[in-house]
Amino acid sequence: MSAPLRTAPLSIWAAALGSIQNAIIPALAIAFSGIGGSERYALAIGVGLAAVVIGTLSSYLRWHRFTYLVGEADIRVESGIFNRQARSVPYERIQDVSLAEPLLARLFGLVAVKFETGAGGGEDLSLSYVTTAEAERLRQLVRERREESAHDAAPLTPGSTAAPAPTPAPVAEPAGDVLFTMGPRRLATFGLFEFSLAVFAVLGGLLQYVDTATGIDVWNVDRWYGWLKQQGSMVATLGPYAQALGIIAGLVGLGIIGLTTGVARTVMREWGFVLERTARGFRRRRGLFTRTDVVMPAHRVQALMISTGPVRYRFGWHGLSFVSLAQDKETTSHTVAPFARMDEIAPIVAAAGFRLPDAATDWHRASPAYRNDRIIGAAAILAVIAAVLAIFAPFGWFLIPIGAALVAIAINLYEWEFRRRHAIDERQVYAMHGLLAPHSQIGKRVKLHSVEIAQGPWARARGYATLHFGLAGGEMAIHGLPLERARALRRAVLETICATDFAHI
Amino acid sequence: MEPSAVPLASASLAAVEDDAALTRLHPNYAWALRVRLLFSLVPLVIGALVIEAMLGRVVEAKPELAFLALVPPGVLSGTVMLVSLVLLIVVPQRRYNTRGYHMSADRLRVVRGVLWHSDTVVPFGRVQHIDLHQDPVERFFGIATLTLHTAGNHNASVHLPGLGADLARELREDIRSHIKRESL
Repeated sequence: MSAPLRTAPLSIWAAALGSIQNAIIPALAIAFSGIGGSERYALAIGVGLAAVVIGTLSSYLRWHRFTYLVGEADIRVESGIFNRQARSVPYERIQDVSLAEPLLARLFGLVAVKFETGAGGGEDLSLSYVTTAEAERLRQLVRERREESAHDAAPLTPGSTAAPAPTPAPVAEPAGDVLFTMGPRRLATFGLFEFSLAVFAVLGGLLQYVDTATGIDVWNVDRWYGWLKQQGSMVATLGPYAQALGIIAGLVGLGIIGLTTGVARTVMREWGFVLERTARGFRRRRGLFTRTDVVMPAHRVQALMISTGPVRYRFGWHGLSFVSLAQDKETTSHTVAPFARMDEIAPIVAAAGFRLPDAATDWHRASPAYRNDRIIGAAAILAVIAAVLAIFAPFGWFLIPIGAALVAIAINLYEWEFRRRHAIDERQVYAMHGLLAPHSQIGKRVKLHSVEIAQGPWARARGYATLHFGLAGGEMAIHGLPLERARALRRAVLETICATDFAHI
Repeated sequence: MEPSAVPLASASLAAVEDDAALTRLHPNYAWALRVRLLFSLVPLVIGALVIEAMLGRVVEAKPELAFLALVPPGVLSGTVMLVSLVLLIVVPQRRYNTRGYHMSADRLRVVRGVLWHSDTVVPFGRVQHIDLHQDPVERFFGIATLTLHTAGNHNASVHLPGLGADLARELREDIRSHIKRESL
């Protein structure tokens, strides 16, 4: 344990295979582009081989020069072929340990281990790749060490109710209570709501690539126009019904493509989704080709977000995510239940030590002045457009922006009445907004770091303000509060914050 | 719906926080702001002078632009200088007037902003680390900027500029001792 270790030797081959993947496309491009005349196939093979050899060699060197050391107080990594780097991460600073298995690594039985510290800019510590057994050992070890140092340092305060009694003799990844899973049926339903036309963006990218690689000018408008005219003249001969039918068929096709893409992407991302409550926190596993396995300590959960979409909301589907210092790759939070009923979300919320708003929750609306200003603002812009159209456009056009203004007014009234609201109780702050689909945030008072009352010139004249909370790993703000209410909320939250030091939360 | 039924905070605390008189910053801070504004206005004035100098030549080269010569010399640069002078007198003073802070036993309140007003409170129990910073202008005027860093994404660093250098050091020690006491 005290000697520096290397990652699994097989990871050289995993990395080398990755570099072959990268070499294929340039090689194909050369083969089809006509560089080098008749000898271009030889050239393509040569380039491909060179890429493979260089890739293998460099991945060997990188493997050889990469060592990690599991010490008493920290994990140290030394890396770099020419520029050497040494990084040390103390156990107490590790927010969570996540395992990722990309398809290629999975074939070799390898895992990438990532120690997340919550440092910004992706500056975390990761070992790619180690064997599955070694990954489990590391994770277990980090957990034990962190618990030791946690017991030495901070006694539990009444504020952190979420921390459970730690198990004295940890076994290898104790199986926790399963809080939430998604079977194939659920995934298929989820996928239908994830309608996506991203495939066209990918196609566009490919076309661009073909353009540069082959010299076929795909962006030549005349060529397409000519082609369209040819097709169009054919369609035109079919008469209006056939044309309408064609349009409908096109839309249906688009819909089918969008739905298929949505289902496929969802299944790939969420396959085998399991969320468990283990002794120390939450463990989430998911993924079809790339399996990820993330453990989030319960007491690191800073706030909750419950979001939904305009359509899925009508069918009663919601998503729950945790705001924490360590974040998922692309989003600013950890998704723990991407697609669930509220009665499935409730136990997860309770397990994280939070409470959902209930009938007793004392909701407050935003300031009426804030609502009126938003209405006036939206209507004023549209009124200007209507005036311009009334002067310069044919008669009747100005009715369009006037109609839009009415819609905008109705939308703002609706949002103020039913959607934009906030509440506070002894332990939590609630904020809700969103027009077609409500988005809620639940923050623990004790886990907030600062409180700011912000007012633009307009808000100052009209006596309302925005309340910003400092939240680790996320943003939380309540807009359009009456100034007095904002001050009262700030006083209340500050009283809670000041009672507990950061070292104890 | 407005009067809140939830126990928000005791009335005594309320009086302490929002109604407490703000401490004003060091008077030199207004001068430091003025110097900084001057640095950013000088290029504008120089630009105006250069344009004016070139105007004569343009008219010589292209007679059809002769109407440009109707503008009396010095109007452009004079206007720019006058506006700059007014800005220099008014803006830093207003900015200085709106800024202030209040430090109580367990928190620091920082207020700022002429148009976009902001009123931030950082409890000492949430301060991760403290910076004390002096740029050359600040050093010349004997003032410093105190920065409190928190773990929150919003207000990750709260700046309090325009403190007397000695006072800034004192405040830093105060806050630091408070953090230490709390954590032990």
